[in-house]
Amino acid sequence: MTERTPSHLDALESEAVHIFREVAGEFERPVILFSGGKDSIVMLHLALKAFAPATVPFSLLHVDTGHNFPEVLDYRDRVVAAHGLRLHVASVQDYIDRGVLRERPDGTRNPLQTLPLTEKIQAERFDAVFGGGRRDEEKARAKERVFSLRDEFSQWDPRRQRPELWNLYNGRHAPGEHVRVFPLSNWTELDIWQYIAREDIELPSIYFAHYREVFQRDGMWLTPGDWGGPRDTETVEKRQVRYRTVGDMSCTGAVDSDARTLKQVIAEIAASRLTERGATRADDKLSEAAMEDRKREGYF
Amino acid sequence: MTTDTLRLATAGSVDDGKSTLVGRLLHDSKSILTDQLEAVTRASRGDSPDLALLTDGLRAEREQGITIDVAYRYFATPRRRFILADTPGHVQYTRNMVTGASTAELTVILVDARNGIVEQTRRHAAIAALLRVPHIVLAVNKMDLTGYQQPVFEHIAEEFTAYATELGVPEVTAIPISALNGDNVVEPSAHTDWYGGPTVLEHLETVPVSHDPAHCHARLPVQYVIRPQTAEHPDYRGYAGQIAAGTFRVGEQITVLPSGRTTTITGIDQLGTPVDAAWSPLSVTLLLADDVDVSRGDLIVPSQGAPTATRTIVATLCHLHERPLRDGERLLLRHGARTVRAVVERITHQLRLHDLSLSPAPVELPMNAIGQAVLRTAEPVHVDPYAVSRRTGAFLLVDAADGSTRTAGMAGEAFIAPGTNRASGGLGREHVAS
Repeated sequence: MTERTPSHLDALESEAVHIFREVAGEFERPVILFSGGKDSIVMLHLALKAFAPATVPFSLLHVDTGHNFPEVLDYRDRVVAAHGLRLHVASVQDYIDRGVLRERPDGTRNPLQTLPLTEKIQAERFDAVFGGGRRDEEKARAKERVFSLRDEFSQWDPRRQRPELWNLYNGRHAPGEHVRVFPLSNWTELDIWQYIAREDIELPSIYFAHYREVFQRDGMWLTPGDWGGPRDTETVEKRQVRYRTVGDMSCTGAVDSDARTLKQVIAEIAASRLTERGATRADDKLSEAAMEDRKREGYF
Repeated sequence: MTTDTLRLATAGSVDDGKSTLVGRLLHDSKSILTDQLEAVTRASRGDSPDLALLTDGLRAEREQGITIDVAYRYFATPRRRFILADTPGHVQYTRNMVTGASTAELTVILVDARNGIVEQTRRHAAIAALLRVPHIVLAVNKMDLTGYQQPVFEHIAEEFTAYATELGVPEVTAIPISALNGDNVVEPSAHTDWYGGPTVLEHLETVPVSHDPAHCHARLPVQYVIRPQTAEHPDYRGYAGQIAAGTFRVGEQITVLPSGRTTTITGIDQLGTPVDAAWSPLSVTLLLADDVDVSRGDLIVPSQGAPTATRTIVATLCHLHERPLRDGERLLLRHGARTVRAVVERITHQLRLHDLSLSPAPVELPMNAIGQAVLRTAEPVHVDPYAVSRRTGAFLLVDAADGSTRTAGMAGEAFIAPGTNRASGGLGREHVAS
């Protein structure tokens, strides 16, 4: 065997594994944000490889908006059981029921996730919180460090980030503060899909083309549900679609697609002229700086 | 996947058009998707989309029209993938330029053709040289505002190349461009028929990227000890880390530092798959023949070619924090997976950027200053010269009280000490401090 330049995916994988092991070595109570979406699924897969043959030394945290796709919740529970992991759930519905949070007029619950998330981090005293955020997703995320220090209110201050040099990550923090950790920072959407294909990772079925009842709102195909759709003026039709991202039903749109295999999905994404968030996320269109504003408040 | 990846960083002074160049590079290489361009067009004030808005993603950046923090961009051509660190030019944010350059294999330094070389250009060239970024591109921008005149370009290119040569930079590629109009960024310009070189993208696609791991002996900073203690793996004890340099092979004799215990490698797991050999920058787990005491922060090295232990480090420092670094200050030194207590014994020099001369015994280094110091550590550390390994020669100085990252450090003398006549790293060859 002779030395060669590692493939693009090998290099990304090694970098992410290095980050997982740094956190395991430096922090007391790390947790992985796990939504059942493809990025968090890849994160968990990398964590499993990083500590093999031992188990992952982290628990999982899901922020449940109450409007999740049933296929995704089912996937989440199967994965947790299969790997003997501990799952924490922060429930947006619970906060609404208690009157702490109020439903927004547009029915979108993504911005409501911040409070349950940050309170759960405080209550469980998590000191490192892994997120699947990628810098290619959005212009505010492009500014994010791999280790991102958050104060006791989970706030992100982009002007006061620590310089981050070489692969030396500084995770020191005061009690009450925590560090958001982004092992997939340097991955693109296409890298994620190519890695899923290479590693043969199982995904929730909604990522592949299937026939589903949908209706159109603001140019996106949404799934009908108790969350508030369709309205009287909106009509439901059956279309062949798939999802590029997985999130709250009220703001995650499906795309027309006949890609039923990983190979077909990769071909479709490589040819797409839309970013995944532009194609399927309503919440980022709320304002020019929607993501930055949410991140400042503690969103992941 | 056969395409390789080039990590690059941009640098330059405020208003010289870095964000516009990056936007142009992304736009003309068709890396901007429809919805991103629509968003930029909506946010632009003029008739045509302001490409700088593609990268200036923060509210404050848009308000002030400057780049505050590093933004990382990803794009690909059929020939290569790129990870681009778009770094700020403002002197107040020089630390972010250092951040971007620390992992870069190429730096694009922009100058405004009307202004030529300014202090920030020199600062950025010096930082790129100290951080040993292998390739430097000088992009002489705004050629459209100087009538695309060849002498303007050549004068700047010559002055910069002379300065870079003094810094020890082996090669500079100078390209006349207009980021605004797209001249020589992706497509060759019709206005510069006197220029026979590559466009910026063409150069980025073809510059040789060296991942050659042979420069340094193998190094594995141990990050974590994997001990499943399960029925299936009762005795598994693996030492996990990312190989910082060189190659490890099964059967090879290794030494664990700082204990100095010697044993052999019985197995290498590359994330669950046994392999015979593994090299930088792969993350692996090593299995060893003897039950030696190894923990996080230790360094595994081949028994032939171990670094020497030292408690005194001479290093080049880039100070990154608002609070100056002072003689006698006590800090934490972070090297690989190891953190040790350290004291700044003496700041010996500060580099004057305008002429690369050294001001001796400055007592403190203010933010954004580059200097040389002698550090003493509480325990022996095993650093390689940064000139030999960018990974195992680098370290951070961290404030023990509030955890802030204060200083970036590179082991070894990078510029000449007063009174001697030999530059060990090339910087400041002719400029002994007066």
